[in-house]
Amino acid sequence: MSTNRLDRSEVMARLMSERGNALAIAGLGSPVWDLAASDHRPENFYNWGGMGCAISMGLGCALAQPSRKVWVITGDGEALMGVGSFATVANQAPNNLAIIVLDNEHYGETGLQKTHTASGANLAAMAAGAGIPTTLTVKTHEDLEVLIANLESGPLPLLAAVKIATTKPKLILPSRDGVYIKNRFRQAVIGPTQAMHID
Amino acid sequence: MVDPWTIEAHRLFKKHGVKTVGYVPDAGLTDLINSCEADNDIRSVVTTTEEEGIGLSAGAWLGGDKSAVLMQSSGVGNTVNAIASIISSCQFPLFMIVTMRGQYGESNPWQIPMGQAVEPVLKSLGVHVFEVETDEEATEAIEAGLKMAFVSNAAVAVLISQRLIGAKSFIADVAEEVHNVHE
Repeated sequence: MSTNRLDRSEVMARLMSERGNALAIAGLGSPVWDLAASDHRPENFYNWGGMGCAISMGLGCALAQPSRKVWVITGDGEALMGVGSFATVANQAPNNLAIIVLDNEHYGETGLQKTHTASGANLAAMAAGAGIPTTLTVKTHEDLEVLIANLESGPLPLLAAVKIATTKPKLILPSRDGVYIKNRFRQAVIGPTQAMHID
Repeated sequence: MVDPWTIEAHRLFKKHGVKTVGYVPDAGLTDLINSCEADNDIRSVVTTTEEEGIGLSAGAWLGGDKSAVLMQSSGVGNTVNAIASIISSCQFPLFMIVTMRGQYGESNPWQIPMGQAVEPVLKSLGVHVFEVETDEEATEAIEAGLKMAFVSNAAVAVLISQRLIGAKSFIADVAEEVHNVHE
């Protein structure tokens, strides 16, 4: 079943090699470990909770930082829980937001129970139906290069469901201190002075 | 007539630099939503569920923007885990305006349980709750809440009482048909 699937760490390595200065918001679970393992930097926000909110968080960040690209990197279970945000993203149509779903068709942190994408739910089709203009299902290395090209030159917003194997990623854990993760990200994005002095 | 408290709320959003307003509509929020939608300096974002508004607010803060989240009282039930897991864990600022149902004069019994749960639920999450019953109280609480949220990284909800916005009345279009439903 998953023998021909892409490997998540290879996918992440390829994506991160083309990241440039994009901001990254990781949905809880394996995408957090993937992001920490492949490209740990201050402009990463690691969600250790809040399942279903990674995309709306990415949208808020993208609207606040229109000159920076924002990549949401999340899992299929997390994306399904916040699926209404597909329509909200389409409504706002930020031209700097990319949603990359690492779709292994399973809840990876809770015992590998199947998600709805294992039995036919199609995240790219759902995103297209919600009105997101560019949607892709990535199954091969060639598809991955098409995604890379879209991430570089648009048009955005886009949603890509990257079909990956259920292999466990290397467990590289970033800090669990939410206040630290938040302030580190803000300082990197808006500068230490503005981040610390509000008025 | 435009509800006076909403004029003040919009003015205070501008004064305190609120750039993003996430909302799920409510009748009591109509004037405030309209003034935000008409304002080119505010990005108004209608969301499919109130939980998205919490993620939106946290994300906006990560990008350097202040935001406000507007919802009806029943929507508070949809925000619980997002507030607990994201807002509390990371001490994100959060400023919410909640127009109340299910209290003073309510005529839809299905609104009452969640309406009555709003204050204890929000308080159990560590949200500072200011309930207001007049235009003057609303203005004061919105200003205090905006300061508290963005200067003290606090989570604040201003609850607009049905004593201020009134209770929704249900008047059937065709009384006879409603009567027939009972039979």
